[in-house]
Amino acid sequence: MLRSYSLSEYTFLTAAVFSGMLTAAVFCFLFYFGLPLLQSGQLADLLFSSWSPGKGLYGIYPMLLSSLTLASLSMLISFPVSIGCSFIITALAPIRLRRVLLAMIRVMTGIPTVVYSFAALFFLVPLMRNLIGHGSGMSILTAAPVLALVIAPTMILFFVNSFNKVSPRFTLAAEALGCTKIQKILYVILPQAWPGVINGVLLGFGRAMGDTMVSLMLAGNSTAVPEAVTDSARTLTAHIALVLAFDFDSMEFKSIFVCGLCLYLLTASLMLLFRLSTAYFSKGR
Amino acid sequence: MRKLVETCITAFSWIALFLLIAALFTLIAYLVQKGASSIELGLFFGDTSPLDALMLKRQVFDGLFPAIAGTLFLIIGSMLIAIPIGVAGGVYLAEYCRGKMKPLFNLTFDILAGVPSIVVGLAGLLLTIVLNRHFPGQIAPCLLLSCCCLALLVLPYLIRTTQTALESIDPLIRKTAPALGASRLQNITQVLLPHSINDIVSGIILATGRCAEDTAVIMLTGVVATAGFPRSLFGQYEALPFYIYYISSQYTGPDELAQGFGAAIILLLLCIGLLALALWIQRRFTSFLLFR
Repeated sequence: MLRSYSLSEYTFLTAAVFSGMLTAAVFCFLFYFGLPLLQSGQLADLLFSSWSPGKGLYGIYPMLLSSLTLASLSMLISFPVSIGCSFIITALAPIRLRRVLLAMIRVMTGIPTVVYSFAALFFLVPLMRNLIGHGSGMSILTAAPVLALVIAPTMILFFVNSFNKVSPRFTLAAEALGCTKIQKILYVILPQAWPGVINGVLLGFGRAMGDTMVSLMLAGNSTAVPEAVTDSARTLTAHIALVLAFDFDSMEFKSIFVCGLCLYLLTASLMLLFRLSTAYFSKGR
Repeated sequence: MRKLVETCITAFSWIALFLLIAALFTLIAYLVQKGASSIELGLFFGDTSPLDALMLKRQVFDGLFPAIAGTLFLIIGSMLIAIPIGVAGGVYLAEYCRGKMKPLFNLTFDILAGVPSIVVGLAGLLLTIVLNRHFPGQIAPCLLLSCCCLALLVLPYLIRTTQTALESIDPLIRKTAPALGASRLQNITQVLLPHSINDIVSGIILATGRCAEDTAVIMLTGVVATAGFPRSLFGQYEALPFYIYYISSQYTGPDELAQGFGAAIILLLLCIGLLALALWIQRRFTSFLLFR
């Protein structure tokens, strides 16, 4: 067994441990800088008060609310579209069309979000301005469909992947019994693969929360608490992106770390949930 | 009743697909329609002659050349950092790691993959602040810092693709070389890695695409609107995605706007090109490398 602890293994081990430490390092950085704020017992204030630096209030509640609203709204649009598309790619379309569609969806994952947002800024925003009738046209409602378009390919690929993992023993049996394609999906594949659907939704929600450019360019960046989806709003990610506008010693700058911590913990707990549910469902088989 | 539900869901699925494709093509067609006319040599080099610009004799002021060069440097720099660490980490996870450490590593890299890019950029910014306390005035956001942060962003993808590629190798192939007396390292470097090279390379190309498109990381770690051709690793630089963002909020006239659309088309082509290359490699590269 001595040989297995060779120099090469140590090299590989170092690389893996180093990458793992970086994950922790990102968290430690945010925590270290956010610590003075957390220690002073203002956490509840920071999380649940509004943002008005003039009055000495640096709460991130409006951003937190906007982030959650925007992510949920885009999920609401993206989920039905993604599940429909994955039905088509899994079974409904003729086999050649399926390949073309799958390749197209994979290429879609590579389209830069900044390009989507740039096109939408000059195409969708004027449309929304006329539709809403007031304001600049930049609102949660403008950003949500674009964000939905950004996260849809990820979800579709994940859904298709988990649908394809259903054992051919089931699908072939269903076909032999004379099922139509849609019956095969609804009564055989979906009951088998629904944990995959839940996991895909978790992944998609994480991506929606973490996206910066769409909300920064399309949601309007107003720091007020959004009262309707047609209001301009600033998400956590956009708030961090605008950090360079602040002085490095100011309270505004310090509240950024709380935003970063929030985002880190939210996405990490989504991932943890994702892992746990994957482990739980695969054990149940 | 069931029949009706089934028909409805089928119809709904086709409508969903149609909506997705329509949305995608509307945005892209709009982009092409607005930006196609601005794509010419002047978009890249402005008033400077292309030869002078490429030889770095004269600075380019109103062209995309510095931004494209900046993006290329970013890609090369971050890949130089990320590929060795990522592939080595992936090899460790797939070939050496056993027992309780493995789920822990898996979870760590999942979390890292889920961390929003803006948070990675923020961590980079904080690093400069910490370093500035110890070496005042010497450390500022720069090209090297952006490369490191981008490398951190794509690291989990590289580790994951390498790990999955190695783990999915047929046990028959995995056991042949050791049976003939090869050491573990020889088995990895001469059998397992070459065998899964197409998956690893396409993973690397996907990661490259992410480096090229990511805006959030670089806007906190040193990208600026006008810096000229990047001259040093420790200087500020321009990059395509940030240029597009900058134009969208700061454009002064239709000419600049047209340049922004041109830049968006170029970035789109770059990313789609990289992705198509990755897909093509996944299909073709194996036969090319293994049976030459």
